[in-house]
Amino acid sequence: MNKIKLDWLILPLLGFAVAVVLWHIVSKTVSKDLPSPAKTWMESREYVLKPFEKRGEMDQGILRFTWYSLILVAKGYVLALVVGTPIGFMLGLSKAFAKTFDPIIQILRPVSPLAWLPLGLVLFLGTGKQASELGALFTIAVCAMWPTVLNTAVGVRSIPQDYINVARVLKLSRTKTLFKVLIPATLPYMFTGFRLSLGIAWLVIVAAEMLTGRPGVGGFLWQEYNALNYSRIILCILTIGAVGFVLDRLMSVVERRFKTA
Amino acid sequence: MAFLELKGVSKGFGTNGSRSEVLHDINLGIEKGEFVAIVGYSGSGKTTLISLIAGLLRPDAGTLALNDLDITAPGPDRGIVFQNYSLLPWLTVFENIYIAVDQCFPNWTPAKKAEHTERHIAMVNLTPAREKRPGELSGGMRQRVSVARALAMDPQILLLDEPLSALDALTRATLQDEISRIWLENKKTVVLITNDPDEGIYLADRIIPLMAGPGATLGKSITVDLPRPRDRKELNHMPRFKEIRREVIECLLESNRRQRTEITRTLVLPDIEPEDLTGPPPMLGGRRRPIRRREIKRETVEI
Repeated sequence: MNKIKLDWLILPLLGFAVAVVLWHIVSKTVSKDLPSPAKTWMESREYVLKPFEKRGEMDQGILRFTWYSLILVAKGYVLALVVGTPIGFMLGLSKAFAKTFDPIIQILRPVSPLAWLPLGLVLFLGTGKQASELGALFTIAVCAMWPTVLNTAVGVRSIPQDYINVARVLKLSRTKTLFKVLIPATLPYMFTGFRLSLGIAWLVIVAAEMLTGRPGVGGFLWQEYNALNYSRIILCILTIGAVGFVLDRLMSVVERRFKTA
Repeated sequence: MAFLELKGVSKGFGTNGSRSEVLHDINLGIEKGEFVAIVGYSGSGKTTLISLIAGLLRPDAGTLALNDLDITAPGPDRGIVFQNYSLLPWLTVFENIYIAVDQCFPNWTPAKKAEHTERHIAMVNLTPAREKRPGELSGGMRQRVSVARALAMDPQILLLDEPLSALDALTRATLQDEISRIWLENKKTVVLITNDPDEGIYLADRIIPLMAGPGATLGKSITVDLPRPRDRKELNHMPRFKEIRREVIECLLESNRRQRTEITRTLVLPDIEPEDLTGPPPMLGGRRRPIRRREIKRETVEI
């Protein structure tokens, strides 16, 4: 019992303590501009203690900002899955489709969100006020799509021939084969892709908000940098990290649920 | 015209250069209600043969017909039990069988489909496990589900592709008894593929040895004229059993011996000498030594 507590409580806490001490030392010696842990807490206290308060457009509680970001991420993420999953299936099912589109996918995949965002804004210039939101959505979807696309394709390609033989012997129709055999057999791979995609979507949101200045964790971070409130940058970083961690845990629980198949 | 008729069937794999013929000129006729066992070494093309009958593969030459209809594609009129069970792991025992019933009898009411499914689960003694998924079942239980699924399709012919070879000896004996009982109950036409002569003799009316490949052909069929129902213990003491057993095994051994032939081929060996590192290194792009190809050797191998 004690051993278990040590493993998941005491040792991680020790790790945090070491990090805080190092941070303190760095702020006192190497970089005098870096706020110390204590100063960070003092200056960002009101954002943490009143996490949902709204004082102005760019002056809101940290969880309220997080909420804005999460909503935008959710929209972009859903878009990525809706577009990415069918593409993955087609890549996996059709050799011709894979040969045709694989090169372009391999070229687009490593492009940074920072490069996509301006294009997204240009694409939706016509929509006026909504351009920043649609541009950000476009960027999230384009960047977060690839793990889903590639994992789904791998999953479809690695469906055992046995399952396909069962479908053939039973003469299942194409739709039935898809829904009764191909999709269930691919689910574990698809969820691995979904998890990786969510991680990327959360990475992209910060960049997108920083560049567009939308209210959200990333927008807040950039604004506080410009306002020389460095301690709140650290608050934002910690929030982003914590939220990303929680999202990943949630997805891995869902993923494990499907791995048993 | 026999119920299942194979005429001059050949099948090979690979492309022109490295092509190897697995089955060569297979002729086979099976009557309705007959239980035929095809016995052969592993790797002799047994699974290829059953895949051809199932329609999962197309022959390079020859024709296959079931009930006077050419076999061109897989279909539920040929129930197949695969060696590796081929159950869908995300479905329960009930659902695995129900999907087959649902597909084969689309006009039935759901209640009738469910009742039909339950009856086949009961036939293989799996009613207590009906809500389990394949991952929670032992190999023997999985194979029973697979048998139940094939029978629930009410096929014209049942194809068993080494259904028991992945099981331990005791489970295998139990399942052999079960297959024997089920066959006596509904007298389906059965083609059993196996590598175990005893299994074939215990279950079948007729045994056909598949001669060792490549280019395997079917041997002379041997009628198993032992009375049914057969008792495993008594069987071992019957002189006729021993006779049939010897005949099958000799036939298989003979085919394996005949396959040993010699071939002679030309080999080009790599002709590489150690690099000479004493002198100065050659200029950029130059090679230290030319690569020669002067030694060509002939060898004879027995395969």
